[in-house]
Amino acid sequence: MALKRKGKYRSEATKDKISAYLYISPFFIIFAIIGLYPAVFSLYLAFQNWNGLGDMTFVGLHNFNIVLHDPTFWKALYNTIVMGIMGTAPQIIVGVILAFILNQAYLKFKNAFRAMIFLPYITSMVAVALVFGVFFSSNDTALANYILNLFGMDSVAWKTSEWGAKIAISIMVFWRWIGYNTIIYLAGLQSIPKDLYEAARIDGAGVVQQLRYITIPLLKPFIVLTVFFSTVGALQLFTEPTVFLGAQAFSRTEAMTVVMYLYRDAFSLQSFGTGSATAVILLFIIVVASAINTYLTSGIRKKGRRIKS
Amino acid sequence: MKKQWKIGRFFMYLFLVIASFLSIFPFYWMFVMATRPSAAYNAIPPTMTPGDMLVENFQKVLEKIPFFGAMWNTLVVCLVVTLVVLFISSLAGFAFAKFKFPGKNIFFISILLTMIIPPQLGLIPQYFLVAKLDLLDTLFGAMIIFFLNPLGIFLMRQYISNSVPDELIEAAKLDGCSNFHIFRSIVLPIILPAFATLGIIVFTATWGEFLWQFTVLRDPDMYTIQVALSSMNTTSNVDFGMMLSGVFWATIPLVIVFLMFNKLFISSITEGSVK
Repeated sequence: MALKRKGKYRSEATKDKISAYLYISPFFIIFAIIGLYPAVFSLYLAFQNWNGLGDMTFVGLHNFNIVLHDPTFWKALYNTIVMGIMGTAPQIIVGVILAFILNQAYLKFKNAFRAMIFLPYITSMVAVALVFGVFFSSNDTALANYILNLFGMDSVAWKTSEWGAKIAISIMVFWRWIGYNTIIYLAGLQSIPKDLYEAARIDGAGVVQQLRYITIPLLKPFIVLTVFFSTVGALQLFTEPTVFLGAQAFSRTEAMTVVMYLYRDAFSLQSFGTGSATAVILLFIIVVASAINTYLTSGIRKKGRRIKS
Repeated sequence: MKKQWKIGRFFMYLFLVIASFLSIFPFYWMFVMATRPSAAYNAIPPTMTPGDMLVENFQKVLEKIPFFGAMWNTLVVCLVVTLVVLFISSLAGFAFAKFKFPGKNIFFISILLTMIIPPQLGLIPQYFLVAKLDLLDTLFGAMIIFFLNPLGIFLMRQYISNSVPDELIEAAKLDGCSNFHIFRSIVLPIILPAFATLGIIVFTATWGEFLWQFTVLRDPDMYTIQVALSSMNTTSNVDFGMMLSGVFWATIPLVIVFLMFNKLFISSITEGSVK
Protein backbone atom coordinates (compact mmCIF):
# COMPACT_ATOMS: atom_id res chain seq x y z
CA MET A 1 0.00 0.00 0.00
CA ALA A 2 2.72 2.42 1.05
CA LEU A 3 4.79 1.42 -1.97
CA LYS A 4 1.89 1.96 -4.29
CA ARG A 5 1.26 5.43 -2.94
CA LYS A 6 4.89 6.32 -3.32
CA GLY A 7 4.78 5.12 -6.92
CA LYS A 8 1.76 7.21 -7.65
CA TYR A 9 3.36 10.26 -6.04
CA ARG A 10 6.40 9.82 -8.21
CA SER A 11 4.50 9.61 -11.42
CA GLU A 12 2.56 12.68 -10.32
CA ALA A 13 5.82 14.59 -9.83
CA THR A 14 7.10 13.45 -13.23
CA LYS A 15 3.86 14.51 -14.82
CA ASP A 16 4.22 17.92 -13.18
CA LYS A 17 7.73 18.25 -14.53
CA ILE A 18 6.60 17.40 -18.04
CA SER A 19 3.72 19.85 -17.77
CA ALA A 20 5.97 22.62 -16.49
CA TYR A 21 8.48 22.20 -19.32
CA LEU A 22 5.63 22.08 -21.78
CA TYR A 23 4.13 25.29 -20.40
CA ILE A 24 7.34 27.29 -20.46
CA SER A 25 8.40 25.94 -23.85
CA PRO A 26 6.39 28.34 -26.08
CA PHE A 27 8.35 31.30 -24.72
CA PHE A 28 11.71 29.62 -25.21
CA ILE A 29 10.89 28.30 -28.68
CA ILE A 30 9.81 31.77 -29.82
CA PHE A 31 12.77 33.31 -28.03
CA ALA A 32 15.16 30.96 -29.82
CA ILE A 33 13.77 31.94 -33.22
CA ILE A 34 13.16 35.67 -32.93
CA GLY A 35 15.32 36.63 -29.95
CA LEU A 36 18.42 34.52 -29.55
CA TYR A 37 19.10 33.63 -33.18
CA PRO A 38 18.89 37.28 -34.36
CA ALA A 39 21.04 38.48 -31.47
CA VAL A 40 23.76 35.91 -32.19
CA PHE A 41 23.49 36.53 -35.92
CA SER A 42 23.94 40.26 -35.26
CA LEU A 43 27.16 39.55 -33.39
CA TYR A 44 28.32 37.42 -36.33
CA LEU A 45 27.25 39.98 -38.93
CA ALA A 46 29.14 42.73 -37.13
CA PHE A 47 32.36 41.09 -38.34
CA GLN A 48 31.23 40.59 -41.93
CA ASN A 49 30.95 42.78 -44.96
CA TRP A 50 27.50 42.22 -46.46
CA ASN A 51 25.14 44.13 -48.73
CA GLY A 52 22.19 41.85 -48.02
CA LEU A 53 22.36 39.98 -51.32
CA GLY A 54 25.82 38.69 -52.19
CA ASP A 55 28.28 36.66 -50.16
CA MET A 56 29.50 37.74 -46.76
CA THR A 57 33.20 38.31 -46.29
CA PHE A 58 34.90 38.26 -42.93
CA VAL A 59 36.47 41.63 -42.21
CA GLY A 60 37.46 41.34 -38.55
CA LEU A 61 37.06 44.56 -36.61
CA HIS A 62 36.86 46.66 -39.76
CA ASN A 63 33.14 47.51 -39.29
CA PHE A 64 33.74 48.75 -35.77
CA ASN A 65 36.67 50.74 -37.09
CA ILE A 66 34.46 52.40 -39.72
CA VAL A 67 31.67 53.23 -37.28
CA LEU A 68 33.94 54.48 -34.52
CA HIS A 69 35.83 56.70 -36.96
CA ASP A 70 32.69 58.11 -38.51
CA PRO A 71 31.99 61.65 -37.18
CA THR A 72 28.28 61.07 -37.93
CA PHE A 73 28.19 58.19 -35.45
CA TRP A 74 29.65 60.37 -32.70
CA LYS A 75 27.28 63.16 -33.64
CA ALA A 76 24.39 60.68 -33.38
CA LEU A 77 25.60 59.46 -29.98
CA TYR A 78 25.99 63.05 -28.78
CA ASN A 79 22.49 63.92 -30.04
CA THR A 80 21.02 60.85 -28.36
CA ILE A 81 22.59 61.70 -25.01
CA VAL A 82 21.71 65.41 -25.17
CA MET A 83 18.09 64.77 -26.15
CA GLY A 84 17.88 61.94 -23.63
CA ILE A 85 18.96 64.21 -20.79
CA MET A 86 16.85 67.18 -21.88
CA GLY A 87 13.79 65.03 -22.45
CA THR A 88 13.90 62.88 -19.35
CA ALA A 89 15.75 64.64 -16.52
CA PRO A 90 13.16 67.45 -16.06
CA GLN A 91 10.50 64.75 -15.86
CA ILE A 92 11.85 63.62 -12.50
CA ILE A 93 11.45 67.05 -10.92
CA VAL A 94 8.12 67.96 -12.52
CA GLY A 95 6.82 64.42 -12.07
CA VAL A 96 7.60 64.36 -8.34
CA ILE A 97 5.94 67.76 -7.85
CA LEU A 98 2.84 66.71 -9.79
CA ALA A 99 2.58 63.43 -7.90
CA PHE A 100 3.04 65.23 -4.60
CA ILE A 101 0.17 67.60 -5.41
CA LEU A 102 -2.04 64.80 -6.73
CA ASN A 103 -1.49 62.95 -3.47
CA GLN A 104 -2.80 65.79 -1.27
CA ALA A 105 -5.88 64.72 0.69
CA TYR A 106 -7.75 68.00 0.21
CA LEU A 107 -7.41 67.97 -3.57
CA LYS A 108 -10.69 68.13 -5.49
CA PHE A 109 -11.22 66.61 -8.97
CA LYS A 110 -8.26 64.32 -8.29
CA ASN A 111 -9.27 61.72 -10.87
CA ALA A 112 -9.93 64.30 -13.57
CA PHE A 113 -6.52 65.93 -13.07
CA ARG A 114 -4.83 62.55 -13.02
CA ALA A 115 -6.58 61.43 -16.21
CA MET A 116 -5.69 64.66 -18.04
CA ILE A 117 -2.04 64.48 -17.09
CA PHE A 118 -1.88 60.82 -18.11
CA LEU A 119 -3.69 61.33 -21.42
CA PRO A 120 -0.58 62.11 -23.54
CA TYR A 121 0.80 58.65 -22.76
CA ILE A 122 -2.14 57.08 -24.61
CA THR A 123 -1.21 58.77 -27.88
CA SER A 124 1.30 57.05 -30.09
CA MET A 125 4.75 58.48 -30.60
CA VAL A 126 3.99 58.90 -34.30
CA ALA A 127 0.90 61.00 -33.52
CA VAL A 128 2.86 63.12 -31.05
CA ALA A 129 5.67 63.67 -33.55
CA LEU A 130 3.25 64.72 -36.30
CA VAL A 131 1.27 67.14 -34.12
CA PHE A 132 4.43 68.67 -32.68
CA GLY A 133 5.87 68.67 -36.17
CA VAL A 134 3.18 71.17 -37.16
CA PHE A 135 3.48 73.08 -33.88
CA PHE A 136 7.25 73.34 -34.38
CA SER A 137 7.25 73.77 -38.14
CA SER A 138 10.11 75.84 -39.50
CA ASN A 139 7.72 78.55 -40.78
CA ASP A 140 7.83 81.95 -39.16
CA THR A 141 4.14 81.51 -38.49
CA ALA A 142 4.54 78.24 -36.60
CA LEU A 143 2.64 78.37 -33.32
CA ALA A 144 5.85 77.78 -31.38
CA ASN A 145 7.48 80.73 -33.16
CA TYR A 146 4.39 82.89 -32.62
CA ILE A 147 4.70 82.26 -28.88
CA LEU A 148 8.44 83.04 -28.96
CA ASN A 149 7.71 86.28 -30.83
CA LEU A 150 5.11 87.24 -28.21
CA PHE A 151 7.94 87.18 -25.68
CA GLY A 152 10.14 89.24 -27.99
CA MET A 153 12.34 86.33 -29.08
CA ASP A 154 13.37 85.49 -32.63
CA SER A 155 11.81 82.66 -34.60
CA VAL A 156 13.67 79.36 -34.64
CA ALA A 157 14.12 76.94 -37.55
CA TRP A 158 12.89 74.01 -35.47
CA LYS A 159 13.66 71.26 -37.96
CA THR A 160 16.97 72.36 -39.34
CA SER A 161 18.86 74.11 -36.56
CA GLU A 162 21.21 72.36 -34.17
CA TRP A 163 19.37 73.23 -30.96
CA GLY A 164 15.91 73.87 -32.40
CA ALA A 165 15.48 70.25 -33.48
CA LYS A 166 16.87 68.88 -30.22
CA ILE A 167 14.69 71.10 -28.06
CA ALA A 168 11.54 70.33 -30.06
CA ILE A 169 12.15 66.57 -29.83
CA SER A 170 13.00 66.76 -26.12
CA ILE A 171 9.74 68.62 -25.48
CA MET A 172 7.83 65.88 -27.30
CA VAL A 173 9.47 63.18 -25.23
CA PHE A 174 8.78 65.16 -22.06
CA TRP A 175 5.15 65.79 -22.98
CA ARG A 176 4.38 62.17 -23.77
CA TRP A 177 6.12 60.57 -20.78
CA ILE A 178 5.55 63.01 -17.91
CA GLY A 179 2.16 61.50 -17.10
CA TYR A 180 3.62 58.02 -16.99
CA ASN A 181 6.35 59.01 -14.54
CA THR A 182 3.88 61.01 -12.44
CA ILE A 183 1.69 57.93 -12.08
CA ILE A 184 4.63 55.79 -10.98
CA TYR A 185 5.64 58.41 -8.40
CA LEU A 186 2.04 58.68 -7.25
CA ALA A 187 1.96 54.94 -6.63
CA GLY A 188 5.14 55.40 -4.61
CA LEU A 189 3.66 58.25 -2.60
CA GLN A 190 0.57 56.27 -1.82
CA SER A 191 2.75 53.64 -0.20
CA ILE A 192 4.08 56.26 2.28
CA PRO A 193 2.04 56.22 5.51
CA LYS A 194 -0.10 59.34 5.94
CA ASP A 195 0.77 59.80 9.65
CA LEU A 196 4.37 60.58 8.70
CA TYR A 197 3.16 63.80 7.08
CA GLU A 198 0.76 64.40 9.95
CA ALA A 199 3.61 64.18 12.44
CA ALA A 200 5.81 66.47 10.33
CA ARG A 201 3.02 69.02 10.06
CA ILE A 202 2.51 69.03 13.81
CA ASP A 203 6.24 69.66 14.17
CA GLY A 204 5.76 72.69 11.94
CA ALA A 205 7.32 71.39 8.72
CA GLY A 206 6.29 73.29 5.58
CA VAL A 207 5.63 71.85 2.15
CA VAL A 208 9.28 72.14 1.11
CA GLN A 209 10.54 70.38 4.22
CA GLN A 210 7.97 67.62 3.81
CA LEU A 211 9.11 67.12 0.23
CA ARG A 212 12.76 67.08 1.23
CA TYR A 213 12.71 64.92 4.34
CA ILE A 214 9.82 62.53 3.76
CA THR A 215 8.76 62.39 0.14
CA ILE A 216 12.07 62.28 -1.73
CA PRO A 217 13.85 59.70 0.47
CA LEU A 218 10.90 57.30 0.52
CA LEU A 219 10.29 57.82 -3.17
CA LYS A 220 13.86 56.95 -4.11
CA PRO A 221 13.26 53.36 -5.28
CA PHE A 222 10.53 54.60 -7.61
CA ILE A 223 12.78 57.35 -8.96
CA VAL A 224 15.51 54.77 -9.55
CA LEU A 225 13.02 52.69 -11.51
CA THR A 226 11.96 55.54 -13.79
CA VAL A 227 15.54 56.70 -14.31
CA PHE A 228 16.40 53.18 -15.40
CA PHE A 229 13.46 53.01 -17.84
CA SER A 230 14.17 56.52 -19.13
CA THR A 231 17.84 55.84 -19.76
CA VAL A 232 17.23 52.66 -21.71
CA GLY A 233 14.32 54.28 -23.59
CA ALA A 234 16.28 57.44 -24.40
CA LEU A 235 19.20 55.46 -25.85
CA GLN A 236 16.73 53.75 -28.21
CA LEU A 237 15.12 56.99 -29.43
CA PHE A 238 14.00 56.55 -33.03
CA THR A 239 10.34 57.21 -33.76
CA GLU A 240 10.05 60.83 -32.60
CA PRO A 241 12.96 62.29 -34.59
CA THR A 242 12.29 60.13 -37.66
CA VAL A 243 8.63 61.10 -37.93
CA PHE A 244 9.19 64.70 -36.81
CA LEU A 245 11.83 65.32 -39.49
CA GLY A 246 9.87 63.44 -42.16
CA ALA A 247 11.49 63.51 -45.59
CA GLN A 248 14.81 64.84 -44.30
CA ALA A 249 15.07 62.41 -41.38
CA PHE A 250 18.05 60.48 -42.70
CA SER A 251 19.78 63.22 -44.66
CA ARG A 252 20.41 65.68 -41.84
CA THR A 253 22.33 65.16 -38.60
CA GLU A 254 20.95 67.77 -36.16
CA ALA A 255 18.69 65.22 -34.51
CA MET A 256 19.98 61.90 -35.83
CA THR A 257 20.09 59.28 -33.06
CA VAL A 258 22.14 56.10 -32.75
CA VAL A 259 19.21 53.90 -33.78
CA MET A 260 18.55 56.17 -36.78
CA TYR A 261 22.23 55.85 -37.72
CA LEU A 262 21.88 52.06 -37.47
CA TYR A 263 18.70 52.08 -39.52
CA ARG A 264 20.25 54.30 -42.20
CA ASP A 265 23.35 52.11 -42.52
CA ALA A 266 21.29 48.95 -42.85
CA PHE A 267 18.16 49.86 -44.74
CA SER A 268 19.18 52.93 -46.78
CA LEU A 269 22.83 52.20 -47.46
CA GLN A 270 22.58 48.38 -47.51
CA SER A 271 25.64 48.17 -45.30
CA PHE A 272 24.44 45.48 -42.93
CA GLY A 273 27.87 44.77 -41.45
CA THR A 274 28.37 48.30 -40.10
CA GLY A 275 24.68 48.40 -39.12
CA SER A 276 25.19 45.30 -36.99
CA ALA A 277 28.41 46.71 -35.57
CA THR A 278 26.40 49.78 -34.52
CA ALA A 279 23.79 47.51 -32.91
CA VAL A 280 26.51 45.76 -30.92
CA ILE A 281 27.97 49.13 -29.85
CA LEU A 282 24.48 50.23 -28.82
CA LEU A 283 24.06 47.10 -26.71
CA PHE A 284 27.39 47.85 -25.06
CA ILE A 285 26.37 51.47 -24.37
CA ILE A 286 23.03 50.40 -22.89
CA VAL A 287 24.65 47.82 -20.63
CA VAL A 288 27.27 50.32 -19.45
CA ALA A 289 24.68 53.08 -18.93
CA SER A 290 22.43 50.73 -16.96
CA ALA A 291 25.36 49.63 -14.82
CA ILE A 292 26.41 53.23 -14.11
CA ASN A 293 22.81 54.06 -13.34
CA THR A 294 22.43 51.23 -10.92
CA TYR A 295 25.74 52.03 -9.32
CA LEU A 296 25.08 55.76 -8.93
CA THR A 297 21.68 55.25 -7.41
CA SER A 298 23.15 52.40 -5.34
CA GLY A 299 20.02 50.44 -6.01
CA ILE A 300 21.86 47.15 -6.56
CA ARG A 301 20.56 45.70 -3.33
CA LYS A 302 17.01 46.89 -3.90
CA LYS A 303 16.84 45.61 -7.45
CA GLY A 304 18.10 42.21 -6.42
CA ARG A 305 15.38 42.04 -3.85
CA ARG A 306 12.70 43.01 -6.31
CA ILE A 307 13.66 40.25 -8.72
CA LYS A 308 13.77 37.63 -5.98
CA SER A 309 10.49 38.50 -4.28
CA MET B 1 0.22 79.57 9.61
CA LYS B 2 -3.23 78.94 8.20
CA LYS B 3 -2.86 81.71 5.65
CA GLN B 4 0.43 80.23 4.51
CA TRP B 5 -1.33 76.95 3.82
CA LYS B 6 -4.02 78.67 1.80
CA ILE B 7 -1.42 80.29 -0.42
CA GLY B 8 0.30 76.93 -0.76
CA ARG B 9 -2.94 75.33 -1.89
CA PHE B 10 -3.58 78.06 -4.39
CA PHE B 11 -0.21 77.54 -6.03
CA MET B 12 -0.68 73.78 -6.07
CA TYR B 13 -3.99 74.13 -7.87
CA LEU B 14 -2.45 76.64 -10.25
CA PHE B 15 0.40 74.26 -11.05
CA LEU B 16 -2.05 71.40 -11.66
CA VAL B 17 -4.29 73.49 -13.87
CA ILE B 18 -1.36 74.66 -15.99
CA ALA B 19 -0.02 71.10 -16.28
CA SER B 20 -3.44 69.75 -17.26
CA PHE B 21 -3.88 72.53 -19.79
CA LEU B 22 -0.50 71.76 -21.39
CA SER B 23 -1.42 68.06 -21.46
CA ILE B 24 -4.72 68.50 -23.28
CA PHE B 25 -4.03 71.59 -25.38
CA PRO B 26 -2.30 69.62 -28.21
CA PHE B 27 -5.43 67.45 -28.49
CA TYR B 28 -7.67 70.49 -28.82
CA TRP B 29 -5.31 72.18 -31.23
CA MET B 30 -5.09 69.01 -33.32
CA PHE B 31 -8.89 69.05 -33.53
CA VAL B 32 -8.89 72.72 -34.57
CA MET B 33 -6.34 72.12 -37.34
CA ALA B 34 -8.29 69.05 -38.48
CA THR B 35 -11.28 71.31 -39.19
CA ARG B 36 -9.38 74.08 -40.97
CA PRO B 37 -7.69 74.51 -44.34
CA SER B 38 -3.91 74.27 -44.33
CA ALA B 39 -3.66 78.06 -44.75
CA ALA B 40 -5.28 78.61 -41.34
CA TYR B 41 -1.99 77.47 -39.97
CA ASN B 42 -0.32 80.64 -41.21
CA ALA B 43 -2.85 83.01 -39.66
CA ILE B 44 -1.65 85.67 -37.22
CA PRO B 45 -2.95 85.61 -34.53
CA PRO B 46 -3.18 81.80 -34.63
CA THR B 47 -6.51 80.12 -35.27
CA MET B 48 -7.91 78.69 -32.05
CA THR B 49 -11.51 77.87 -32.95
CA PRO B 50 -12.78 74.93 -35.01
CA GLY B 51 -13.71 75.54 -38.65
CA ASP B 52 -16.03 73.68 -41.02
CA MET B 53 -13.66 71.32 -42.85
CA LEU B 54 -13.88 68.33 -40.51
CA VAL B 55 -15.34 66.06 -43.21
CA GLU B 56 -13.46 67.54 -46.14
CA ASN B 57 -10.05 67.13 -44.50
CA PHE B 58 -10.85 63.55 -43.61
CA GLN B 59 -11.85 62.83 -47.21
CA LYS B 60 -8.42 64.06 -48.26
CA VAL B 61 -6.89 61.65 -45.72
CA LEU B 62 -8.82 58.79 -47.31
CA GLU B 63 -7.47 59.76 -50.74
CA LYS B 64 -3.90 59.87 -49.45
CA ILE B 65 -3.67 56.78 -47.21
CA PRO B 66 -5.80 53.62 -46.76
CA PHE B 67 -6.96 54.88 -43.36
CA PHE B 68 -9.60 52.29 -42.50
CA GLY B 69 -7.52 49.44 -43.85
CA ALA B 70 -4.61 50.58 -41.70
CA MET B 71 -6.83 50.88 -38.62
CA TRP B 72 -8.13 47.37 -39.27
CA ASN B 73 -4.60 45.99 -39.74
CA THR B 74 -3.54 47.60 -36.48
CA LEU B 75 -6.53 46.18 -34.65
CA VAL B 76 -5.77 42.68 -35.96
CA VAL B 77 -2.08 42.97 -35.03
CA CYS B 78 -2.88 44.28 -31.53
CA LEU B 79 -5.57 41.69 -30.79
CA VAL B 80 -3.53 38.71 -31.98
CA VAL B 81 -0.39 39.89 -30.18
CA THR B 82 -2.34 40.49 -26.97
CA LEU B 83 -4.04 37.07 -27.07
CA VAL B 84 -0.80 35.23 -27.84
CA VAL B 85 1.10 37.07 -25.10
CA LEU B 86 -1.68 36.39 -22.57
CA PHE B 87 -1.68 32.70 -23.47
CA ILE B 88 2.11 32.23 -23.38
CA SER B 89 2.55 34.32 -20.23
CA SER B 90 -0.21 32.78 -18.17
CA LEU B 91 0.83 29.24 -19.03
CA ALA B 92 4.49 29.91 -18.25
CA GLY B 93 3.54 31.99 -15.20
CA PHE B 94 1.48 29.04 -13.95
CA ALA B 95 4.44 26.69 -14.36
CA PHE B 96 6.82 29.04 -12.52
CA ALA B 97 4.34 29.75 -9.73
CA LYS B 98 3.01 26.28 -8.96
CA PHE B 99 5.36 23.58 -10.23
CA LYS B 100 8.66 22.21 -9.06
CA PHE B 101 11.06 21.29 -11.82
CA PRO B 102 14.82 21.14 -12.29
CA GLY B 103 16.33 24.35 -13.63
CA LYS B 104 13.33 26.44 -12.64
CA ASN B 105 15.37 29.35 -11.30
CA ILE B 106 17.79 29.32 -14.21
CA PHE B 107 14.93 29.40 -16.68
CA PHE B 108 13.20 32.20 -14.82
CA ILE B 109 16.32 34.34 -14.51
CA SER B 110 17.15 33.81 -18.17
CA ILE B 111 13.67 35.12 -19.04
CA LEU B 112 14.33 38.23 -16.98
CA LEU B 113 17.73 38.62 -18.65
CA THR B 114 16.13 38.70 -22.10
CA MET B 115 14.54 41.99 -21.02
CA ILE B 116 17.94 43.67 -21.14
CA ILE B 117 18.54 42.92 -24.83
CA PRO B 118 17.55 46.07 -26.74
CA PRO B 119 15.11 45.23 -29.55
CA GLN B 120 17.35 47.01 -32.07
CA LEU B 121 20.14 44.44 -31.58
CA GLY B 122 18.19 41.83 -33.50
CA LEU B 123 16.52 44.19 -35.96
CA ILE B 124 18.65 43.37 -39.02
CA PRO B 125 18.61 39.55 -38.66
CA GLN B 126 14.92 39.63 -37.76
CA TYR B 127 14.28 41.51 -40.98
CA PHE B 128 16.14 38.89 -43.03
CA LEU B 129 14.43 36.08 -41.13
CA VAL B 130 11.01 37.50 -41.92
CA ALA B 131 12.08 38.11 -45.52
CA LYS B 132 13.30 34.53 -45.84
CA LEU B 133 10.03 33.18 -44.48
CA ASP B 134 8.28 35.32 -47.10
CA LEU B 135 6.51 37.30 -44.40
CA LEU B 136 7.45 40.84 -45.48
CA ASP B 137 4.31 42.88 -46.10
CA THR B 138 2.17 40.47 -44.08
CA LEU B 139 0.45 41.14 -40.78
CA PHE B 140 1.96 37.99 -39.30
CA GLY B 141 5.41 39.37 -40.10
CA ALA B 142 4.42 42.68 -38.54
CA MET B 143 3.40 41.04 -35.27
CA ILE B 144 5.74 38.07 -34.83
CA ILE B 145 8.49 39.80 -32.83
CA PHE B 146 5.99 41.07 -30.24
CA PHE B 147 5.02 37.56 -29.15
CA LEU B 148 8.10 37.70 -26.97
CA ASN B 149 7.12 39.39 -23.72
CA PRO B 150 9.20 38.51 -20.64
CA LEU B 151 7.39 41.11 -18.53
CA GLY B 152 4.13 39.20 -19.08
CA ILE B 153 5.56 35.99 -17.62
CA PHE B 154 6.93 37.92 -14.66
CA LEU B 155 3.57 39.58 -13.93
CA MET B 156 1.61 36.36 -14.35
CA ARG B 157 3.90 34.35 -12.10
CA GLN B 158 3.55 37.04 -9.47
CA TYR B 159 -0.22 37.13 -9.72
CA ILE B 160 -0.74 33.37 -9.84
CA SER B 161 1.48 32.65 -6.85
CA ASN B 162 -0.34 35.31 -4.81
CA SER B 163 -3.92 34.60 -5.76
CA VAL B 164 -4.28 30.93 -6.64
CA PRO B 165 -4.30 28.84 -3.41
CA ASP B 166 -2.18 25.67 -3.49
CA GLU B 167 -4.97 23.77 -1.72
CA LEU B 168 -7.29 24.37 -4.63
CA ILE B 169 -4.80 22.83 -7.04
CA GLU B 170 -4.09 19.91 -4.68
CA ALA B 171 -7.82 19.22 -4.35
CA ALA B 172 -8.30 19.26 -8.10
CA LYS B 173 -5.37 16.86 -8.49
CA LEU B 174 -6.92 14.45 -6.01
CA ASP B 175 -10.06 14.57 -8.13
CA GLY B 176 -7.90 13.42 -11.03
CA CYS B 177 -7.83 16.65 -13.02
CA SER B 178 -5.04 16.97 -15.58
CA ASN B 179 -2.71 19.93 -15.20
CA PHE B 180 -4.04 21.66 -18.27
CA HIS B 181 -7.60 21.13 -17.04
CA ILE B 182 -6.60 22.76 -13.74
CA PHE B 183 -5.13 25.67 -15.67
CA ARG B 184 -8.25 26.11 -17.76
CA SER B 185 -10.96 25.70 -15.17
CA ILE B 186 -9.31 26.87 -11.92
CA VAL B 187 -6.41 29.20 -12.70
CA LEU B 188 -7.87 31.08 -15.65
CA PRO B 189 -11.03 32.36 -13.92
CA ILE B 190 -8.98 33.58 -10.96
CA ILE B 191 -6.43 35.47 -13.03
CA LEU B 192 -8.87 37.36 -15.25
CA PRO B 193 -8.04 40.70 -13.54
CA ALA B 194 -4.37 40.11 -14.34
CA PHE B 195 -5.41 39.47 -17.95
CA ALA B 196 -7.01 42.91 -17.99
CA THR B 197 -3.83 44.49 -16.63
CA LEU B 198 -1.42 42.73 -18.96
CA GLY B 199 -3.84 42.99 -21.88
CA ILE B 200 -4.03 46.76 -21.57
CA ILE B 201 -0.25 47.09 -21.32
CA VAL B 202 0.41 44.88 -24.34
CA PHE B 203 -2.41 46.31 -26.47
CA THR B 204 -1.40 49.94 -25.87
CA ALA B 205 2.28 49.23 -26.47
CA THR B 206 1.59 47.29 -29.67
CA TRP B 207 -0.78 50.02 -30.91
CA GLY B 208 2.01 52.60 -30.76
CA GLU B 209 4.73 50.36 -32.22
CA PHE B 210 6.56 51.90 -35.18
CA LEU B 211 10.17 50.89 -35.93
CA TRP B 212 9.52 47.22 -36.73
CA GLN B 213 6.45 47.79 -38.90
CA PHE B 214 8.20 50.67 -40.63
CA THR B 215 10.93 48.16 -41.49
CA VAL B 216 8.86 45.20 -42.70
CA LEU B 217 5.76 46.84 -44.22
CA ARG B 218 6.34 48.52 -47.60
CA ASP B 219 2.99 47.87 -49.28
CA PRO B 220 0.53 50.67 -48.28
CA ASP B 221 -2.33 48.15 -48.13
CA MET B 222 -0.56 46.33 -45.32
CA TYR B 223 0.40 49.44 -43.36
CA THR B 224 -0.48 49.68 -39.71
CA ILE B 225 -1.90 53.03 -38.70
CA GLN B 226 1.39 54.39 -37.34
CA VAL B 227 3.23 53.65 -40.58
CA ALA B 228 0.33 55.06 -42.60
CA LEU B 229 0.26 58.27 -40.55
CA SER B 230 4.01 58.73 -40.83
CA SER B 231 3.78 58.25 -44.61
CA MET B 232 1.71 61.45 -44.82
CA ASN B 233 4.73 63.44 -43.67
CA THR B 234 7.29 62.32 -46.24
CA THR B 235 6.76 65.07 -48.81
CA SER B 236 7.97 68.58 -48.10
CA ASN B 237 4.69 70.24 -48.99
CA VAL B 238 2.26 68.63 -46.57
CA ASP B 239 -1.35 69.69 -46.15
CA PHE B 240 -1.33 70.22 -42.38
CA GLY B 241 -5.14 70.20 -42.14
CA MET B 242 -5.26 66.81 -43.81
CA MET B 243 -2.36 65.38 -41.81
CA LEU B 244 -3.72 66.40 -38.43
CA SER B 245 -7.15 65.17 -39.46
CA GLY B 246 -5.62 61.73 -39.98
CA VAL B 247 -3.83 61.90 -36.64
CA PHE B 248 -7.00 63.10 -34.94
CA TRP B 249 -9.19 60.25 -36.21
CA ALA B 250 -6.50 57.69 -35.47
CA THR B 251 -6.05 58.98 -31.92
CA ILE B 252 -9.65 59.55 -30.90
CA PRO B 253 -10.74 55.87 -30.53
CA LEU B 254 -7.99 55.17 -28.02
CA VAL B 255 -8.69 58.42 -26.16
CA ILE B 256 -12.38 57.50 -25.82
CA VAL B 257 -11.54 54.01 -24.55
CA PHE B 258 -9.07 55.56 -22.12
CA LEU B 259 -11.56 58.11 -20.80
CA MET B 260 -14.11 55.35 -20.21
CA PHE B 261 -11.72 53.06 -18.36
CA ASN B 262 -9.08 55.52 -17.18
CA LYS B 263 -8.81 54.10 -13.65
CA LEU B 264 -8.25 50.59 -14.98
CA PHE B 265 -5.75 51.92 -17.54
CA ILE B 266 -3.75 53.85 -14.98
CA SER B 267 -3.68 51.08 -12.41
CA SER B 268 -2.62 48.59 -15.10
CA ILE B 269 0.28 50.70 -16.26
CA THR B 270 1.36 51.26 -12.66
CA GLU B 271 1.18 47.58 -11.78
CA GLY B 272 3.06 46.66 -14.93
CA SER B 273 6.06 48.72 -13.93
CA VAL B 274 6.09 48.82 -10.15
CA LYS B 275 5.36 45.18 -9.30
